[in-house]
Amino acid sequence: MKILTLNFLTCARKLCKSSNTAFPLHPQDAELEIVEQDMNVEFLRNILPRLMWEELSGVVGELGLPALPPTVPTLESLTEKKLKAAENDPTGMNVVEVEVPSQVALDLHRLLLETCVKEGKLVCGSCGHEYQVREGIANFLLPGHLV
Amino acid sequence: MSRPEDTLPPDLFYNDTESRKYTTSSRIQKIQSDMTHRALDLLSLTHSSLILDVGCGSGLSGEILSASDAQGTPAGPHVWVGFDISASMLGVALEKEVDGDLFLADAGQGVPFRPGTFDAAISISAIQWLCNAESSEESASGRLSRFFNGLYASLRRGGRAVLQFYPKNDTQKTMISSAAIRAGFGAGLLEDDPGTKNAKTYLVLTVGGGELDGDITGVVRGMEGVDVMDERRRAKERRRGKEEKGSKAWIVRKKEQMERKGKVVKANSKYTGRKRRIAF
Repeated sequence: MKILTLNFLTCARKLCKSSNTAFPLHPQDAELEIVEQDMNVEFLRNILPRLMWEELSGVVGELGLPALPPTVPTLESLTEKKLKAAENDPTGMNVVEVEVPSQVALDLHRLLLETCVKEGKLVCGSCGHEYQVREGIANFLLPGHLV
Repeated sequence: MSRPEDTLPPDLFYNDTESRKYTTSSRIQKIQSDMTHRALDLLSLTHSSLILDVGCGSGLSGEILSASDAQGTPAGPHVWVGFDISASMLGVALEKEVDGDLFLADAGQGVPFRPGTFDAAISISAIQWLCNAESSEESASGRLSRFFNGLYASLRRGGRAVLQFYPKNDTQKTMISSAAIRAGFGAGLLEDDPGTKNAKTYLVLTVGGGELDGDITGVVRGMEGVDVMDERRRAKERRRGKEEKGSKAWIVRKKEQMERKGKVVKANSKYTGRKRRIAF
């Protein structure tokens, strides 16, 4: 499961709906893996305003990953302009300005979309229910009495 | 043809052999991919989005969501999160190494995401399973309402959901769409190939606010070969008091109604609905 998904997931129990500690779920005994994905700046730009940055920093700390900057990166900082030689130009004299993903975007992409929780469990901060994660699939089926 | 919903609950019906059969059948693959493309057309996404796939199964629809714009997915590639109740189906998805995040969860128990998470939601041939309650503790309407309430909350304002399903009968169709309306959605049903054996029903749901162009009538505007039958307009016109009982319009409407039922009706003329003068 991607770290990005972890930033949206809440406890499935009805009782926890009104509690503000049901989000985020806290990963425990987590085993991480990196799954390569194609870079998609447009998606990052779309999702960035929806992230809960403080909670994301908290989860990143719990997983023992390098700390995040204290503030949310701006949308402009996701891309930077670079000069590049124009195509079909053997002389290399003509240059064009192209937008490429910046280091900020690359780091975010690495963290949100490529870092996945493979094994472990997710614990609700409100009711303490443990959701098992096996092979990247979290089990959110609740027994009848907990629904 | 028998309906699998009537035989077993979904987590038992889709066991290892059934999941493999479902995923490797090229006929089902073709139908599923056609329906996913149709649903994507209805969603009309403009930029790369976060999408929820309800009842993702082995990721047949998810593979299309992860495809790029050049491969035929509008505004793709999208990032998706899918859940399904059948562990075997998810096992097949794992083997195929799909890009989306998978969850083992029951849609009838709610949608465990915080408000405003998704840009859109999609579901292919899944929500008819919600109409079956497997134990006496739960009811079909309870499961439907928990699902739609959860879905409504987890979509962002101005988001859309397109849910394709196979209704057993008209009662089930009404039950599902009215549960969606009660949760707050603007709902409409789109039917492809109506009246045939291959009829496919899409429930198009919209969440108010944002840059959205109205409800389903806005979604299908400009699409070819779509007839809009707006029940609300007919009801509204009647409510406005335009049509008094016993008036000419009322008589004409009633006659049309009878004619549709196959009754023999006198032809309309200029005298239809006129008052008879007192003779002397």
